[in-house]
Amino acid sequence: MLRLIGKRVALLVPTLFGLSLLLFLWVRSLPGGPATALLGERATPERVAEVNAAYGFDRPILEQYVTYIGRLVSGDFGVSIQTGRPVLEEFANRFPATIELTIVALIVAIGIGIPLGYLSAKYYGKAPDHIAVVVSLLGVTIPVFFLAFILKYVFAVELGWFPPDGRQDPRIDATDVTGFAVLDGLLTGEFDASGDALMHLVLPGIALGTIPLAIIARITRASVLEVTGADYVRTARAKGLSGGLIRDRFVLRNALLPVVTTIGLQLGLLISGAVLTETVFAFAGIGNFLADAIFRRDFPVLQGFILFIAILYALINLIVDISYSIIDPRVRVQ
Amino acid sequence: MRATSRHTRPFSAIALLAVGAIALTGCVQSERGTDAGDGDGPDGTFVFAASGDPVSLDPAFASDGESFRVARQMFEGLVGVEAGSADPAPLLAESWEQSEDGLSYTFQLQEGVTFHDGTPFDGEAVCANFDRWYNFEGLAQSPGLAYYYGSLFRGYAGDDDALYESCEATAETEAVITLTTPFAGFIASLSLPAFSMQSPTALAEYGADEVGGTDEAPVLSEYATAYPTGTGPYVFESWDVGSQLELSANPDYWGEAGDVTDIIFRVIDDPNARRQALEAGSIDGYDLVAPADTVALEDAGFQIVPRDPFTILYLGFNQAIPELADVRVRQAISQAIDKEQLIAQTLPEGTQLATQFIPPVVAGYNEDVTTYDYDPEAARALLADAGYPDGFSLDFNYPTNISRPYMPTPEQVFTNLSSQLAEIGITVNPQPNEWGEYLNRVQNTEDHGIHLLGWTGDYNDTDNFVGVFFGAEKPEFGFDNPELFAALDEARGVADLEEQLPLYESINEQIAEFIPAVPLAHPAPSLAFGERVESYPVSPVNDEVFNLIELAD
Repeated sequence: MLRLIGKRVALLVPTLFGLSLLLFLWVRSLPGGPATALLGERATPERVAEVNAAYGFDRPILEQYVTYIGRLVSGDFGVSIQTGRPVLEEFANRFPATIELTIVALIVAIGIGIPLGYLSAKYYGKAPDHIAVVVSLLGVTIPVFFLAFILKYVFAVELGWFPPDGRQDPRIDATDVTGFAVLDGLLTGEFDASGDALMHLVLPGIALGTIPLAIIARITRASVLEVTGADYVRTARAKGLSGGLIRDRFVLRNALLPVVTTIGLQLGLLISGAVLTETVFAFAGIGNFLADAIFRRDFPVLQGFILFIAILYALINLIVDISYSIIDPRVRVQ
Repeated sequence: MRATSRHTRPFSAIALLAVGAIALTGCVQSERGTDAGDGDGPDGTFVFAASGDPVSLDPAFASDGESFRVARQMFEGLVGVEAGSADPAPLLAESWEQSEDGLSYTFQLQEGVTFHDGTPFDGEAVCANFDRWYNFEGLAQSPGLAYYYGSLFRGYAGDDDALYESCEATAETEAVITLTTPFAGFIASLSLPAFSMQSPTALAEYGADEVGGTDEAPVLSEYATAYPTGTGPYVFESWDVGSQLELSANPDYWGEAGDVTDIIFRVIDDPNARRQALEAGSIDGYDLVAPADTVALEDAGFQIVPRDPFTILYLGFNQAIPELADVRVRQAISQAIDKEQLIAQTLPEGTQLATQFIPPVVAGYNEDVTTYDYDPEAARALLADAGYPDGFSLDFNYPTNISRPYMPTPEQVFTNLSSQLAEIGITVNPQPNEWGEYLNRVQNTEDHGIHLLGWTGDYNDTDNFVGVFFGAEKPEFGFDNPELFAALDEARGVADLEEQLPLYESINEQIAEFIPAVPLAHPAPSLAFGERVESYPVSPVNDEVFNLIELAD
């Protein structure tokens, strides 16, 4: 097991190295560099040259890359051109918001997706199945951006049930401990701050969670159907085991295997989906910041953030593999 | 039917989580109903949606609108702006006098003013600020940071062209500033937040000039991120980057305290999201309302407050394109455009038709300038005369997905102009680009044809418009006109505003005849506010300080 993990981590190094090179070249191939974005209408060629020289963007690209890697190895992700703050600090500031959002989205996706898929399979071909299939189809086809917009319009602007944007009511003076707004309120006893933060998470969480919800529901349905028809389930049934026991021990446990893989993959997608959701809800997470960084050609932020997300993605995959071996003993034997 | 709890774990755990989440939000919901709203007495907290974070809290190192909006609440300069106009007015300086030779200015300062940290505001403090700017070193001089000082005072200690010579605190409430060469825009330029007076004590204590980091990436100083210290009506409270920035009323403010006791700038970068935030009541107001939203917001009971235009939107010609090098073609295009129709269909209410490249409130505006009124017949004749009886095709560059104060919806302007040009036989090849790419292409390369761009004035100075556009050879316009360059250079060097006027009037005529671009309109940007805002100190140059906002009880 440890060897497996060690091997996977070792494989990460060349992957990330290659990725860093691609990223470095990609951000530099974006037309109009950071200087133009920084200066706007005032970007005369002379001024652009001055800014480029000041930031070192006029040096040969190889030299820039070597400097970049050198710093990266020592843990220095550089400094945001737009905000003048270290990229890591920016990241640390915003990551908790995105994690909170992702957790809520996951709760929505898993909490509704798996039961929905299971019910769908259980009543295969009957009305609940049809409804579930339509719901999950809708979920996959509606663009996150559009759904976010509609949710916000209906439930925040028109009905006023939820706040339209942000992480917290600006008038609430919440103490910042961990950066996780909901958790902070619980830690400091400011329960209204926690509740307020939670309210702010509902609409973006639903918007972000809908696509994974639909996908998880579909995978669960297919998987449960497949397992229900398997020999060992028939055998169990023949032995006269109770329905609940068969469902939990034989069907669900085995059917969950592909679902876990899907959840892992969705986690990565959630982070990219967060870019759109956070923009619509003016939610101060990394997604919103990343979108802004692309617009402003903030090279260090783009490089740093995407690399960080890539590492995260790789780690999630690793965790999925490990959780496999917990759910499915056969994998452990290898 | 019999469910043994031992075996239902995975399923019920998930269900529990979901139910728990729903229940929690449910009870929060009921709680919110009781404490939302401004039920408990007059609420002096004013929430304004900003489109982004300020770049820096030290206005000397900023040049963007969001930084300046925040700076204007905390800082004041020697010179302010007369309410509702673009003209300079006394602020921290009660009065000033220019010497005979036009090089020295003696400022009489307000008495009894202190910075937020208790440091007295006096002649010494004035000189400390001027000396600070003049002595910026290294990265601090980059146009990305000290943009305004660098470009208006033309350099720093050691530069030959530097305008600044010295500052002397001749009395506690008097400072004399001497320049090396005359600069007619000196007083007006001091109304820019970039030249705000900052506490010398705080500047030193929090290392304001220590623009650190590597040479490739400056790190803002502690001062610029957490300790801005001015004399203004509001003091800095906190800044949660990406989310919000809070200020509170300065209890020792020398001027008028207002209804607004706390300001919260919330960052909402999406224009649609700003509108919805106002509709949902989570903010009190926002800037740069999309023209399409104004009617709907007004109908819903919100207030739309337009600014007097201090902007110009133009259609630029790249004379590196052979057809455009012919002045007859440029005139034909000018005459093909029905500006009134363009304004009615694509620009906000309050927009004024442009005949030249400065708005009417700026000095040097020429009432009698040559204009090219809409006349498609004459335009076709001119094209035929220039050798294009059947017209020709032309690249038309425009930016997408961006909204500027002078150009809320570039795509619409493009569509409108394209169809107008088609009528005189000019076929346009649409060249849409995303903003960063667009700016680069239009300003730094020859690869563009006609294009949309514009400007929002910084302060009342003619050179800040025409000098910026046509003061030197630029890839944007691709022409070399030494006569025009020399005229602009001469006007810039005249120390006396009265003497400058005729020079700029004649320059505006010179430009009108040369037609380097078509001045289209002076769009009026507007703000939107919720019901409780009774009045807002609107200003063409955005000199809007929130202590002058009147709130309903």
